[in-house]
Amino acid sequence: MNRADAPLLSVRDVVMRFGGVVALNSVSFDVTGGQICGLIGPNGSGKTTLFNCISGIYRSTAGEITFDGTRLTGAKRHRMAGLGIGRTFQNVALFRALSVRENILVGAHHLGHTGFIANALRLPAVRAEAEAAATPLAELLELLDLTAMAEESAGALPFPIQKRVELARALIGRPKLLLLDEPAGGLNHAEVDALAELLQRIRGPYQLTILLVEHHMSLVMRVSEKVVALEFGRKIADGTPDEVRRDPEVIRAYLGETEAEAHHAGAA
Amino acid sequence: MNRNRSAVWGGLGVFAVLVALAFVSSSYHLFQLTMLVVYAVAVLGMVVLTGYNGQISLGQGAFFAIGSYVTAILMANYNWPYWATVPVAAAASALMGFLIGFPALRLGGLYLALTTFALAVAVPQVLKVDALSGLTGGVQGLTMDKAEAPFHLPLTGDQWIYLFTLIVGGLMFLLAWNLTRGRIGRAMMAVREQSTAAEAMGINLAGLKTRTFAVSAMLTGVAGALSSIAVQFVAPDSFNFFLSITLFVGLVVGGVDSIPGALFGGAFVEFLPNIANEISKAAPGAIYGAILIAFMFVMPRGVGGLLSRLARRARKPAVAAE
Repeated sequence: MNRADAPLLSVRDVVMRFGGVVALNSVSFDVTGGQICGLIGPNGSGKTTLFNCISGIYRSTAGEITFDGTRLTGAKRHRMAGLGIGRTFQNVALFRALSVRENILVGAHHLGHTGFIANALRLPAVRAEAEAAATPLAELLELLDLTAMAEESAGALPFPIQKRVELARALIGRPKLLLLDEPAGGLNHAEVDALAELLQRIRGPYQLTILLVEHHMSLVMRVSEKVVALEFGRKIADGTPDEVRRDPEVIRAYLGETEAEAHHAGAA
Repeated sequence: MNRNRSAVWGGLGVFAVLVALAFVSSSYHLFQLTMLVVYAVAVLGMVVLTGYNGQISLGQGAFFAIGSYVTAILMANYNWPYWATVPVAAAASALMGFLIGFPALRLGGLYLALTTFALAVAVPQVLKVDALSGLTGGVQGLTMDKAEAPFHLPLTGDQWIYLFTLIVGGLMFLLAWNLTRGRIGRAMMAVREQSTAAEAMGINLAGLKTRTFAVSAMLTGVAGALSSIAVQFVAPDSFNFFLSITLFVGLVVGGVDSIPGALFGGAFVEFLPNIANEISKAAPGAIYGAILIAFMFVMPRGVGGLLSRLARRARKPAVAAE
């Protein structure tokens, strides 16, 4: 699909200011097609802000983000899905009253074209669209082990299952780039293992490039080919998990902090 | 799939019963049944807007008035046949809904409630304005001829008006049912549930909300047109703010997110004032209020909520058997 050397996602000198606070200070990095890239950093390092800039929730103060040859800076939020960017949310943002099946089908909204009149009259195009979605829906229900609860209200399901529903909802839209916002948050050890295994399993068949923001170091280090580390809105390291793990800046910023916390040493 | 089929059969059954009532009811009861269907269609417009899309309109009476007046003006001033006025009334109220919704929906839910409230307060007075009285009949309103059964059908005028209302109303229910069951209906509910996620799935929030508002205005406007045909008279004061509130009550009692519930909402709007009046001539308002509160205790999610709970219970064994 993409030439190996041309990045699918390119973040160039992105600056984000909230009033006087500089949340992102000239951050640049690339994600190549097919890669899983982990974005790490201590609390307040700007990783969620950066994530929101890429997904269009925030508009960066300066710099440029391009995806698959298109400038994302300033693109409308509802255009992201159509460009090929799917996402999940930090604390799960499902349509709680809708069934699992309906939740997943909303993920395919941007693939459809029928409007109000066609739907009200149930024109053949509407039926064709419903049929076209049926196969990928069934596949995803099966893949994510959701078939048994397809008709349950999403809001009534346990949190780890909701996370799988969200993943299915993102995947049915056939994204080229999947943005995962703290996918391991709220999961126990075994569930994180299952998630890591799942990400490895889906990336091939769904031809995914994944950018994941994560607190959970072991997940990031296990699944990513590339890791970008942020601290106080600056990029402090960028490379393979091994390179980043050994980077003195990262050890100081990231591991140093947890060590300090572990010893209740108080803030420096 | 199966669930949809049984709902369609249920709808057809109700429709058949309502048709049969045309042949066994007195003309007084036929008028009441006609108005029941009229209000049900008006409430249906609010179900789509509030129940499915989560937007609140406090001024649905304004769209009812617009539909009524379009039909009345075309019939009384331009001698249009009654049936031909309905599509025009539908288009006019949809357009009005689109124009009102366009700016208001961008501002957020409470602003829509306020804007529609303002509209409901303004419309009766605009209808009275002298400059327009050549068209609207001013304070006096307009009187129209009564519709007669076509093709020499052996039906009285009242029977025909009821059946006509039922056919158009049934069509509106069918359109609303289809609309809310596909891609667009899911998008409406997604926006209601979680607008940030809906947007990330590619749903254009402002576009969807504005169109939904136009659909809602259209349905309520069609109800207004049907009421003009049934009453053969319009006057500004029939469309005061109280009408909007009454329809809102019908929405809540029927069940905000239930399309079949709209029929019960319509029945509530049509019959409850009479019932309250029969129980106590001295304080019908108090009785009305008491019944309303009792209703909310017994059926907190309206009649529609009760219906869907019963349907789920009936379906449970079937699901277990799979």
